[in-house]
Amino acid sequence: MQTGSPEKIFVKGNEAVAMAALEAGCHCYFGYPITPQSDIPEYLSRELPRLGGEFIQAESEIGAINMLLGASAAGVRAMTSSSGPGISLKQEGISYMAGSELPGVIVDVMRAGPGLGGIDASQADYFQATRGGGHGGYRIIVLAPASVQEMYDLTMLAFDLSDIYRMPAMVLADSVIGQMKESVTCGPRPETVLPPKNWVVRGRAAGEPQNVVKSLYLGDGEMEAFHWKMQARYQELADRECRWEEVHTADAELIVTAFGSTSRIAKTAVAMAREAGMKVGLMRPITLFPFPKKAYAALSERCKLFLDVELSTGQMIDDVRLSVARDADVAFYGRPPGAGSLPTPEELFEQIKKNYRAAA
Amino acid sequence: MRYDVFFAGYGGQGVLLAGNLLSYAAIHEGKNVSFFPAYGVEKRGGSAMCTIVFADGDTGSPVVGNPSVSVLLNQLSFDKYAAKVKQGGICIVNSSLVDCQNITLPGVEIVLVPMNQIALDLGDVRMVNMVACGAYIEKSGALQRASLEAALKKALPERNHRLIPANVNAMEAGAQAARG
Repeated sequence: MQTGSPEKIFVKGNEAVAMAALEAGCHCYFGYPITPQSDIPEYLSRELPRLGGEFIQAESEIGAINMLLGASAAGVRAMTSSSGPGISLKQEGISYMAGSELPGVIVDVMRAGPGLGGIDASQADYFQATRGGGHGGYRIIVLAPASVQEMYDLTMLAFDLSDIYRMPAMVLADSVIGQMKESVTCGPRPETVLPPKNWVVRGRAAGEPQNVVKSLYLGDGEMEAFHWKMQARYQELADRECRWEEVHTADAELIVTAFGSTSRIAKTAVAMAREAGMKVGLMRPITLFPFPKKAYAALSERCKLFLDVELSTGQMIDDVRLSVARDADVAFYGRPPGAGSLPTPEELFEQIKKNYRAAA
Repeated sequence: MRYDVFFAGYGGQGVLLAGNLLSYAAIHEGKNVSFFPAYGVEKRGGSAMCTIVFADGDTGSPVVGNPSVSVLLNQLSFDKYAAKVKQGGICIVNSSLVDCQNITLPGVEIVLVPMNQIALDLGDVRMVNMVACGAYIEKSGALQRASLEAALKKALPERNHRLIPANVNAMEAGAQAARG
């Protein structure tokens, strides 16, 4: 299923996710419509069957996530997508996938909540995504795209990381990145060495021993051993896979930190500050789990003031505070979702000035 | 160079198509583009707006608080957004639908274009967005006219390609009106 091309095209963030899934060799998609991500199933319902894959509009989000579990257990690359209310419904299935060490890509194009909420841009599902939203104590890989190009690139990466580390991977986007259109290059699938899927459910027909995919561990000490094994895997993930972007941090006296669409707005605010002669930088985590703790720690050795900006009342700020040096301050500016609550670069520049002056 | 433009009107005026068209034209000129739409749940009659940023390098924020150029197609968007235009910027107003008596925007160039009237004179009020695009490229100088013509082929579905010459005419009329 090759769709990669070097030509620049103009597509929505959601469409870029769907295109990346095809290029990554996603064989099955299961989903249920919800704004602001319905362009993903719409695109795949048209294109996936033509390429020999399976598209199923499930009876519900719960159905979709369990179909993802089943397809993954059978060894194929598969994906589901939704937004807040639907992602909440999927949590039981995600917990079962994590317990069964199953890969699979889950796309969450965040909208406002709690409950039915609304369709405005929000980043309030950070906790749900990065803490493993279901029961039992687990984590999943969480990637946060900040552009349509990254919607493509990180969806592709999510499939690879998910297969390598045998755990679900989430692309955590928001309605701004999902709905906006940008010029992107849809490159070919990278040549990544993937471990063989020798654990897939395959029956006994070929005379091979039976594989069992399950999340029930009743043997003496079996469950504890599973947890420590996964803990070691999370550590391995943190050691190898942290990704982030730094802008003008080398001499910064204040570092703005934000993820996803907010980081784009912050980047322009940082450029405005630089133009005004202020030493301000930007730190943007791309992987939210694993969180780039060491990178924050290194930055805070020199820079003692951070300004965390989120479309919520503050969630990622907990991870920032846990990562920076003890003597570093972390200020906060949040805009919980609501019509017109998207901050402008000018507004963030005001916040930069306020905190920068207070520090000086 | 980084350009930004804000388009607003009511649903049905073709605000989003105008934004798409400018985006395709910028891509045609090798620029990076971000197109950020916002619109009501209504198919027609609600408010519709979009912000387009294009640059040789990074486009940065898709959201712009004080646009360099705003193209405002109805009274509601004029009342809400005219005062946000950046100092030294340009505010292009559809004077067919906006009450233009005694309007002042200190530090901003106001360009009045009777867009509905021009589109009607050309035979179809639906070309109002093309008139607006023409006025924009004339006043901003940000994009070549030929790029917009090329963009029409990409922004319009194939079945509507026969309408391209009429749309090019409408853009030309918009540019001429903006020239004054």
